[in-house]
Amino acid sequence: MMLSVPAAGVLLLLAWIHPGDGLYFHIGETEKKCFIEEIPDETMVIGKYRTQLWDKQTSSFLPSTPGLGMHVEIKDPDTKIILSRQYGSDGRFTFTSHTPGEHQICLHSNSTKMALFAGGKLRVHLDIQVGEHTNNYPEIAAKDKLTELQLRVRQLLDQVEQIQKEQNYQRYREERFRMTSESTNQRVLWWSIAQTLILIVTGIWQMKHLKSFFEAKKLV
Amino acid sequence: MYGSFRVLFQVLWAHLLWGWVLGSELTFELPDNAKQCFYEDIIIGTKCTLEFQVVTGGHYDVDCRLEDPDGTTLYKEMKKQYDSFTFTASKNGTYKFCFSNEFSTFTHKTVYFDFQVGDDPPLFPNENRVTALTQMESACVSIHEALKSVMDYQTHFRLREAQGRSRAEDLNTRVAFWSIGEAIILLVVSISQVVLLRSFFSDKKTTTTRVGS
Repeated sequence: MMLSVPAAGVLLLLAWIHPGDGLYFHIGETEKKCFIEEIPDETMVIGKYRTQLWDKQTSSFLPSTPGLGMHVEIKDPDTKIILSRQYGSDGRFTFTSHTPGEHQICLHSNSTKMALFAGGKLRVHLDIQVGEHTNNYPEIAAKDKLTELQLRVRQLLDQVEQIQKEQNYQRYREERFRMTSESTNQRVLWWSIAQTLILIVTGIWQMKHLKSFFEAKKLV
Repeated sequence: MYGSFRVLFQVLWAHLLWGWVLGSELTFELPDNAKQCFYEDIIIGTKCTLEFQVVTGGHYDVDCRLEDPDGTTLYKEMKKQYDSFTFTASKNGTYKFCFSNEFSTFTHKTVYFDFQVGDDPPLFPNENRVTALTQMESACVSIHEALKSVMDYQTHFRLREAQGRSRAEDLNTRVAFWSIGEAIILLVVSISQVVLLRSFFSDKKTTTTRVGS
C-alpha cells in the first residue's frame, strides 16, 4: 500500500518528463490571445491550460504559481459572450456550441500579484479538443461496461456523427456563400443598369441646360 | 513518506487533468507586424508533422519557421499560403515554430496550424497486448484511420471554403460601395462641368463674342 520513496521518485520523474505537456506559447502581462474554433452546432469543446511564470532567481519557469489567474472569454458566432470566467493558474473550461460558426476563445492573464510579472513572460500550455476528441473512452468503457470491440465501435460511431455534423454545417455555409454570390451578381447587374441610366440622363440634362443657357445668352 | 505520497497524488491528479496531449490544432489571429511562436517538448525519434494554412487576410500568405532545440532551422518558408512539413525529431528538447506577419503593414491574418507529434494515444492506456488484434478489431482500426483522414480533408475543405467565402463577402461590399461612390462621382462631375462652363460665359458682360472675323 505504501509506495516506496524510490518508486515514488521514479514516477515523479516520469511524470515530469512525460511528453504530455503539449504545445505552449508566451504571453505578455496585458496581452490577450484569441483562438478561433469554427464548429458545427451541438459540438462540445474542452479547453485545458496550464500557466508557468518565469522566475528571475532560478532563471527558469516555476512549475506552478498560486495567485496567478487567467480570464477566459468565449464568444459565439453572433459575438455574444457565452462564457466569461476567471480561472486559476491551471484551468479547464468547456462549452457546447448552440449555433454553428466561428467561436472565439480569448485568454488574458489577470494576475493578482503584479510584481510577479516584472520579468514579463508567462508560459501558457494550451490544449483545445473539439467534438469526439472530448470523449474519454476509458471512462465510457468503465461506465457502460463495454468490451474492447464495443468501445472501438462506439468511437467509430462518434467519429461518424462528428463527420455528419460537419457535413451539415458545410451545407449551411455553402448556402450562405451562394447567397452572397447571388447578391453580388444582382448588385452588379442593377448598378450597371442604374449607372448607364444616370450617364444618359445627365448627358441629356447637360445638353439641354447648356443649350437653353447659350440661347439665353444669345450665343446660339 | 506522507509528503512524497501527497506529491505523487498531486502529480497523478495533474496528469489526469492534463491527459495525454499529442496533437494540437489551433486557429489564431496574427496582427500586422506581429510574430507568434509556439513551443513543444519532443522526445528523440518522434515523427512530427506541421501543417498550416492561412484562412483570411491580405494575400493569404505568412512566413513560417521551424527550429530545433539547438536553433537550427529545419523549415523556413516566406509568404506561403499552405504547406505541410514532416520531420523526425533528432534531438530531445524544445522545438519552436513561428509564424510571422512582419512584412505586412495593415492586414491582420488568421492562421490555422496542426502540429501532430507522434501517434495518437491508444484507446486503452494500460493496453499491453499479448495477442494480435482480431480481424474485427483491425477492421475497426483501419476504419478509424480512414475516418481520421476524412475529418482532416473536411478541415482543409472548410478552411478553403472560409477563404473563398471571405473573398466573396469582400467583393460584395466592395461592389456596393464602389457603385454608390461612382454614381455620386458621376453626378458631381456632370454638375460641376455645367457650372464651370457657365462660369466661363457669365463674366463677359461687356465683351461680346467675336462674331466672324
